[in-house]
Amino acid sequence: MQPQLETAGRVGAMSASAQRPLTGNEAIARGAWEAGVRVAAAYPGTPSTEILESLAEYPATDLHAQWSTNEKVALDVAIGASFAGVRALAAMKHVGLNVASDALMSQTYIGVNGGLVLIVCDDPGIHSSQNEQDTRLFCRLAMVPCFEPADAQEALELTRLAFEVSERFDTPVIVRSTTRLSHTRSLVRLGERREPEAVGFRNTPQKNVMIPSHARARHPLLIEREAALRAFVATTEHTRWERRSRQIGIITAGTPYAYVREVLPEASVLKLAASYPLPLDLIGEFCRSVERVLIVEELEPAMEMEIRASGVAVDGKAYFPRVGEFTPDVVREGLERAGLLAPRQAPPSFGLTAPVRPPVLCAGCPHTMSYMALRALNARVAGDIGCYTLAAIEPLRSIDTCVSMGSSIANAVGIAKAGTETKPIVATIGDSTFLHAGIPPLIDAVYNGANITVIILDNHITAMTGGQEHPGTGRTLRGEPANRIDFEQMVRACGVKWVRRVDSYDVAEMYQAFREAAGFKGVAVVISDRPCVLDPVRIKGPPLAVSLDGCTACQSCMNLGCPAIGWSDEMFDGHHKVRINAQLCIGCTLCAQICPSDCIRPTA
Amino acid sequence: MNVEHRPAVPTNVLIVGVGGQGVIMVSKVLASLCQQAGLEVKQSEVHGMAKRGGSVFSHVRFGETVLSPMIAHGEADIMVALEWAEGLRWLDYLKRDGGTFIADTQQIVPPVSFRNRRRGARSGYAPATPAEVIDLVGNGFALDATRMAAGLGNERVANTVLLGALSTALPFPREGWLGVLDGLVPPKTTEVNRRAFDAGREWVQNFDRPAEQAAAAVAVPVSGDGLDHRLEITEAWCKGCDICVKMCPERCLTLNARHIVELTDPAACTACRLCEWLCPDFAIRVLTASAPAPALAK
Repeated sequence: MQPQLETAGRVGAMSASAQRPLTGNEAIARGAWEAGVRVAAAYPGTPSTEILESLAEYPATDLHAQWSTNEKVALDVAIGASFAGVRALAAMKHVGLNVASDALMSQTYIGVNGGLVLIVCDDPGIHSSQNEQDTRLFCRLAMVPCFEPADAQEALELTRLAFEVSERFDTPVIVRSTTRLSHTRSLVRLGERREPEAVGFRNTPQKNVMIPSHARARHPLLIEREAALRAFVATTEHTRWERRSRQIGIITAGTPYAYVREVLPEASVLKLAASYPLPLDLIGEFCRSVERVLIVEELEPAMEMEIRASGVAVDGKAYFPRVGEFTPDVVREGLERAGLLAPRQAPPSFGLTAPVRPPVLCAGCPHTMSYMALRALNARVAGDIGCYTLAAIEPLRSIDTCVSMGSSIANAVGIAKAGTETKPIVATIGDSTFLHAGIPPLIDAVYNGANITVIILDNHITAMTGGQEHPGTGRTLRGEPANRIDFEQMVRACGVKWVRRVDSYDVAEMYQAFREAAGFKGVAVVISDRPCVLDPVRIKGPPLAVSLDGCTACQSCMNLGCPAIGWSDEMFDGHHKVRINAQLCIGCTLCAQICPSDCIRPTA
Repeated sequence: MNVEHRPAVPTNVLIVGVGGQGVIMVSKVLASLCQQAGLEVKQSEVHGMAKRGGSVFSHVRFGETVLSPMIAHGEADIMVALEWAEGLRWLDYLKRDGGTFIADTQQIVPPVSFRNRRRGARSGYAPATPAEVIDLVGNGFALDATRMAAGLGNERVANTVLLGALSTALPFPREGWLGVLDGLVPPKTTEVNRRAFDAGREWVQNFDRPAEQAAAAVAVPVSGDGLDHRLEITEAWCKGCDICVKMCPERCLTLNARHIVELTDPAACTACRLCEWLCPDFAIRVLTASAPAPALAK
């Protein structure tokens, strides 16, 4: 039968019982909406960002969706909504859960009133993150079930189911996605929205207020809950025992399931709906039904360790890597190492190479001049998370450290307090990152009298994740006007005495301000102020052009690393003169301000 | 150039390019078309760094049943490259026997390819010419889609030109492609996109000539590697202004304790002469074998 298709219109306007191509993230949002979610909150982070963006396309009368200042705030908002008796969701990337984990570790004791679901998106292969930690280990630590959808259809269904499980077993539930699932589009069957009756706040302090005496009473209940959940995972329809070969059985969950089916179609498969808690009885039975069992799981041997500890002889990481993203190739190679597939001759290579193409700051990116100026200052620079981390590589090469969201300022305090550094000590942090986790360390720096300079790179958007609003933009997730943070006032309120706002496109002003700030004894803050060239509006001014008569091929402008500037075919003294790509140039004039021979001018 | 259509085995199409070129648009049109034909489709892509001019890919697999969203090495039936070097980067995903390669010869040279400041340096861009690559892959088409699109009045529809070329390799009717395309592009650009699609389609159908040469291959005469050089610093003239230190691309200069410039990392120096040209007091001279005296601007 031909599936009923809808190709136009927003996701929020889709009718039920239709099929629609959805990414994993869109399917998760749909599943939450169908489950009747009333409150959803997140801080943007690749690959999870589109979940909230997608939820915001559903009617505001159905649910409140918001960007929060960070993941812990987002989870706390969702927890509050759960306390108030409605279904609530918080979405984040894997490292976002680190930030939110404090709340999660208590909430697992409290349980839920309205269903509470966390969507956590891992990034195996580190496409766009600082590590590839495995959320499944966090689930075990927090003793919350970890649902693992294998495709977009399951992403919808398991998210919907997660709310029911949350309420039925009185537990927060984590739905774990990965980059591959979140960003793969496939056809998904949709359902209706069924919003449960809001139950209102329940006045049960022994459950809602985690003081030692209450917490001691709750802990044993978690262990009972774990046993009940084991039984549930064994019986849910999303756990599937596919009986085929009696020789080889594979236990897997999530996206690796598809690779197993593709590469070893004859194997019996136990596909688990959740990787925690494991249905050990069912697993034991499965293992007895076949001669040999392999565990195929991305990243850590989370399932393998628990199954081995239960006394069942299985293998996994002996053949499959613990690092990187799985692909059909990786799974095939693992099965070859395990002797289950004949080694396949690697497809012959064409033997051609391509130049490396690292991501770069955009033409006209306002961050560029901040790092040119820092380079000139010869500073020790503690960096942070955002597009501007790209300034760590050539040619700007002016970031010395990058740890986690908001780390830069406190890292700079530590470097200063260590007393070993002779260079000026600078922290650079974006506007959204500053609001996420930069304010407490700034207060700390002032409080402890650190001699550092903080550069707030204010480009008026959360740029790295594709242009999301935040409290400094003055607009909400749904685009409605909101209070707009005044960074200057906020920094002064933290006790900073030296604050200056500068135009990121004014080269002389930037050099001057950075030098003065570095000379100030105490905490100095420079707000480098220019909007992102891509979001919320794409900026395009009159392009600049190089007058080849005047160009001495010094290539000073190329120190900016601007993608619009390249070599021309004309030479001067053995070096290429430069050429500006008018399509890419947005007319920021930084190169013109830097050019020693004054040969870069706006086109007439 | 029809790819053999065996519904039981998925057809694999890999679409690659640089962030912002429209890789995702091409794969969306293809995926929607397959869905309309009642086939199962999986489309997987990278986001994240895509906006920052990095390498972008999208895997599209369709057939009766599709399991993995990812194409294995050497398994792509068709590869569409929106940028020349990206085509080369992913080429080993193409099926060795009968895989179809469709690429724009347009070059987007990353800034890092221009990093070398030595005299006579070559850009680090892909050296293989379209003719060589088409020879190598057998079933290949290299067209200057960007120039064709510019000729139609909008360089940004180069991806649609390639979509037209792709359409000749798959068993869907032209009207089906155009129907999906109309629904996915902004209404104002429907007409130019339709013309771009037909231009790409006709280019392949009338194909009887060798691959077009890339528009502007950066070929550079090598004139000495600049290794044989030294810096002559006239200490008495140096006032420690720091300009050369700040602007040196290789960061091989520093001011010493007496605030006089010093070449502290001679191995990194490429004799690019930037310090010589920027010094307001003529305190630095770069002496090379090929140009023993400092060059004077005319």
